[in-house]
Amino acid sequence: MALKMVKGSIDRMFDKNLQDLVRGIRNHKEDEAKYISQCIDEIKQELKQDNIAVKANAVCKLTYLQMLGYDISWAAFNIIEVMSASKFTFKRIGYLAASQCFHEGTDVIMLTTNQIRKDLSSPNQYDTGVALTGLSCFVTPDLARDLANDIMTLMSHTKPYIRKKAVLIMYKVFLKYPESLRPAFPRLKEKLEDPDPGVQSAAVNVICELARRNPKNYLSLAPLFFKLMTSSTNNWVLIKIIKLFGALTPLEPRLGKKLIEPLTNLIHSTSAMSLLYECVNTVILCVQKLRILIEDSDQNLKYLGLLAMSKILKTHPKSVQSHKDLILQCLDDKDESIRLRALDLLYGMVSKKNLMEIVKKLMIHVDKAEGTTYRDELLTKIIDICSQSNYQYITNFEWYISILVELTRLEGTRHGHLIAAQMLDVAIRVKAIRKFAVSQMAMLLDNAHLIASNTQRNGICEVLYAAAWICGEFSEHLEEANQTLEAMLRPKVTTLPGHIQAVYVQNMVKLYASILQQKEQSGEKEAAQEITQLMIERLPQFVQSADLEVQERASCILQLIKYIQKLQIKEVPVAEEVIALFAGELNPVAPKAQKKVPVPEGLDLDAWINEPPSDSESEDEKPKTIFHDEEQRPSRHKQPEIDEEELARRREARKQEQANNPFYIKSSPSPQKRYQDTPGVEHIPVVQIDLSVPLKVPGMPMSDQYVKLEEERRHKQKLEKDKKKKKQKKEKRGKHHRHNSLHTESEEDIAPAHHVDIITEEMPENALPSDEDDKDPNDPYKALDIDLDKPLADSEKLPVQRHRNAENLKSPDSEAPLAEKKSKKPKKKEKKHKEKERDKGKKKEKEKKVVEEEEEKKVILQDMRSKSSKHKKKKHKKEKEEKSKDKKKSKKKHHHSEEEATESVQNGTLDDEPLPPMSSYRLLAENPYIKMTYDIQGNLQNDSQVTVSVIFENKSTSFLKSMELNVLDSLNTKMLRPEGSSVHDGIPVPFQLPPGMTSFVSLICACSVDGGGTSSCCLGNDEGSTHEKLDFKLHFSCASYLITTPCYSDAFAKLLESGDLHMSSIKVDGISISFQHLLAKICFHHHFSVVERVDSCASMYSRSIQGHHVCLLVKKGENSVSVDGKCSDSTLLSNLLDEMKETLSTC
Amino acid sequence: MISAILVFNNHGKPRLVRFYQRLAEEVQQQIIRETFHLVLKRDDHICNFLECGSLFGGPDYKLIYRHYATLYFVFCVDSSESELGILDLIQVFVETLDKCFENVCELDLIFHMDKVHYILQEVVIGGMVLETNMNEIVAQAEAQSKLEKTEGGLSAAPSRAVSAVKNINLPEIPRNINIGDINIKVPNLSQFV
Repeated sequence: MALKMVKGSIDRMFDKNLQDLVRGIRNHKEDEAKYISQCIDEIKQELKQDNIAVKANAVCKLTYLQMLGYDISWAAFNIIEVMSASKFTFKRIGYLAASQCFHEGTDVIMLTTNQIRKDLSSPNQYDTGVALTGLSCFVTPDLARDLANDIMTLMSHTKPYIRKKAVLIMYKVFLKYPESLRPAFPRLKEKLEDPDPGVQSAAVNVICELARRNPKNYLSLAPLFFKLMTSSTNNWVLIKIIKLFGALTPLEPRLGKKLIEPLTNLIHSTSAMSLLYECVNTVILCVQKLRILIEDSDQNLKYLGLLAMSKILKTHPKSVQSHKDLILQCLDDKDESIRLRALDLLYGMVSKKNLMEIVKKLMIHVDKAEGTTYRDELLTKIIDICSQSNYQYITNFEWYISILVELTRLEGTRHGHLIAAQMLDVAIRVKAIRKFAVSQMAMLLDNAHLIASNTQRNGICEVLYAAAWICGEFSEHLEEANQTLEAMLRPKVTTLPGHIQAVYVQNMVKLYASILQQKEQSGEKEAAQEITQLMIERLPQFVQSADLEVQERASCILQLIKYIQKLQIKEVPVAEEVIALFAGELNPVAPKAQKKVPVPEGLDLDAWINEPPSDSESEDEKPKTIFHDEEQRPSRHKQPEIDEEELARRREARKQEQANNPFYIKSSPSPQKRYQDTPGVEHIPVVQIDLSVPLKVPGMPMSDQYVKLEEERRHKQKLEKDKKKKKQKKEKRGKHHRHNSLHTESEEDIAPAHHVDIITEEMPENALPSDEDDKDPNDPYKALDIDLDKPLADSEKLPVQRHRNAENLKSPDSEAPLAEKKSKKPKKKEKKHKEKERDKGKKKEKEKKVVEEEEEKKVILQDMRSKSSKHKKKKHKKEKEEKSKDKKKSKKKHHHSEEEATESVQNGTLDDEPLPPMSSYRLLAENPYIKMTYDIQGNLQNDSQVTVSVIFENKSTSFLKSMELNVLDSLNTKMLRPEGSSVHDGIPVPFQLPPGMTSFVSLICACSVDGGGTSSCCLGNDEGSTHEKLDFKLHFSCASYLITTPCYSDAFAKLLESGDLHMSSIKVDGISISFQHLLAKICFHHHFSVVERVDSCASMYSRSIQGHHVCLLVKKGENSVSVDGKCSDSTLLSNLLDEMKETLSTC
Repeated sequence: MISAILVFNNHGKPRLVRFYQRLAEEVQQQIIRETFHLVLKRDDHICNFLECGSLFGGPDYKLIYRHYATLYFVFCVDSSESELGILDLIQVFVETLDKCFENVCELDLIFHMDKVHYILQEVVIGGMVLETNMNEIVAQAEAQSKLEKTEGGLSAAPSRAVSAVKNINLPEIPRNINIGDINIKVPNLSQFV
């Protein structure tokens, strides 16, 4: 035996192993791909052999090739073979390969469930360990559901090595199968106090991960973590805990105070910089300490210091602002990571006061920056900084426009479109700036040759797009329209990208229209004709454009202008009509506007207009983001507009916060500023700068002048204010003395240069007010937002592996006595909690006693799991009647049911014959005063709920008042009650029933996983002097759980082919009605839809609320009908067929 | 959470690739290339953190890396991990490799990628840190290779011998990746207890 093994391995030793493969690849550098494909062929041969060692070796080599970028998913099945080897050596290889290449889409992964379960319970801890490790990488929702219980058991394994792995894997399980969180949580919590530090650390790790996403659910663990923090010596654990507290503190402010002491202790005692950093990061009050970090020569600490600063910035912006110098210094750092961090900080630090200064510094950096990436980053930051919060900090838009114009001088930037977007945005939304913007844009157009000098690589020419549009749209502000028009008509323009040319062409006409109007008004016919001539001469160059859009627009416009020329020759005034082409103003639309348009009634946005195209086409093209789907960076336009009131409120809140913050250095009157108050300053001559001069010089930085102007303006403003204040002071001297002297210049004092009219964004009429639409519904962590403090319910227990069919084999008869036994319990309970009693003839008597009538209740409980056709509910009904009891039966139609009948039939595509009226409403209970009928429908929105509709019909002559339903929940079915009411409270029927009327109530019942359960209901009806009680039971038929679902024949065929359906059939004799009626009956009563019908044979389909497919083949013979059914749940099918037999036999 | 652990050499050749989210092979390769280019242009005396923008799906992710002689060890982590902690963890991982391979060098990683994976599995699983204590990691890794040896027993002996013969002619590459140097970079580097 041993000899044979040795012989086998000698054969094997000349196979390539991993080392040989690596060596081979290194020796074939020139034709690596060819060599590897050769090796893959060899591997394929090896995988075909029976020897598991050979297979394992092959899989090991595949793992290496996977690292080099080769897809090895084709070998998934072989990997599973190797995983199930008995030897650890091979098993490990298999699991490693699986962890590298398995994912949710791997279809063979479901074959691994039992193997993994076996390995998890292996006596060898390393088998278990290796299975856990593998599972952590490829766990799918199915695996998570099936193995959750096994892994949970491993959390209490004797070996800490397994415990800590199991604890960590649980997090992955939670992500894939959120239902497991609540049942597993108590044990996870237990592990926080595990004697082994490794297990403890793992538990902390998992809870921190969980709490990071939904901190509020973990507040109750704070004391436990507090204890851990003071006792643990493991730095890794401490870091995690401190991070966790960082997330919890905002939710529970008292926690902050408690934390200060242990944290300070840690800060002083620890030698580990990493721990210190996390402490400081959490305390975030130690700005001064951070300064030390930033000033440190170590680059890593500098980086982290800046990172922490940005966190403080969010809560205490002022304390960070005082370090502006330091942060600006960091912009000069040679390390790009640090520069970018500093930039980020600047974004949050700007105020009205310092914006210009900061941007000026940044502009200097832009000039100095070498390397386009960083420069582009600077550029976007400048724009971000300026445009943040709806241009909140910009006081002078002339300055901003000139900054934008200056930025256009950047060569090779990719962000031309950003600048363009800003120009457009500002010009459209700030009315007052339009004149200035237009003049600047005209200048840009004039110097287009500078900007577009190198069109191919230059993204900056995008700004010409904005420039052309602004000049065209707001041409009324243009002073020298002629000149601009000529600039736009230059031959050079045709070298610009197509979409820009298109805008040029369109806006030329706008310009032309306004020039025409101007000339006509001043009576210069000659000039008007000249301009027309110019257009006709120059436009053909665009007509020849290769760009379709340009060509089309240009030829269209050329024809229009030729026509105008004709009219002009006839001396017909045309300007008014031409300008009418562009009448009306374009306003910005709010980003949410589209979403807020209410969906018109009857429009189903999810319905297909045309048949969906086959899957294969579209999927590949979607740009995939890596690791996260949520890449929607909110663009700055989306920032919500803050109205003045809100601003004021925030300011107030901030001041309050600062006042309460001992670390905040309050502003005090600075002596310098008081010095400036002296009247002498007023006599400093104000230098007048002629705006128009620098603007004409292309490419010269002008924003500086605006800075100066702005400073002067502010200075003046302040002087004026101070003057006023002085006057006031004089008037109120003594009274408000102190108040005035406290005045310091705050940013709120700076009034904008001119009236800035930011046009509000347009919203659609009757937009729905809601701000809840920012959340991403696909967030995987949302599912884990689960209340962990609530006690566990039975239904939440983790699924345990069991033999499902064993129970089902019991016949319903043998089940019955059992069920009766069960029924006694609820009965007793009911007695206890009964609140209404029968009490005839006496008014207002509310004495409570247990009534004999209880005995009448027929409690029939059936275990739904074994026989879902007999869901029964029991209802008791009490009635009280005040007056005489005349019995007049009033026959009312059930409108409701009739409507439904026709609807269902339409679903079933049966249209040739009139059908007899059908009602799915069945009698529930009846006495001389009231008749109740009911129907049960699956709930489309929730797969574990059904809706029970009960129709009440008053047959008496008097009012029925204050009816009440008492429902007793069974094991598997319960009624969903309004929040706050207990199981034993009755549900009042929300109406009174006049004599002879009908009305209806809907109850929603939740069924547990296996398709239902029993519950008993009780309807009480009391009115005035008479109590009546009526018992009834609800029969939950299988059909109640089916939802009429249309199905196409191809999908139907696929379903049948899939082979995982159980089959069963029945035959009913003596059927006389037509096949048409028969189908209609099945459709209606059993919620099926017809898939296909051929002669006297039809296939039908339905789906249960829990997703079981049910397929039927109905054949009609001479006098009989046979029904063959296939369903993924055999119990459901057999019960359904029984019911169907019943229905059909009544035909 | 750690979303990826990449080890590549100064030429961008991958030596260990471990993604904790499933990505197609070509995407993985692209990420490796881009990460390499990002890291390569940084000289040794600037910080070890790098914001990778959209490369890993958002601003929450960061690259934390260390450069040892011919190898770059890059961890991509989200904001729940402590930056300095991960930096220490890389050090722990490398020192563990050093112990297990006895003076680890790039060649060990090249020819024993599977073993490196097994060691890594004792440090990080499923993107979460399992163990930070070096002795514990080494002990578990060695226990498992011992188990493997006993399983191999007699039958594995010949192939081991052949493998040893084959390994004689390995091309010469500096044997040491100078772990000693790196201690200078983080002052007060703490060892996890």
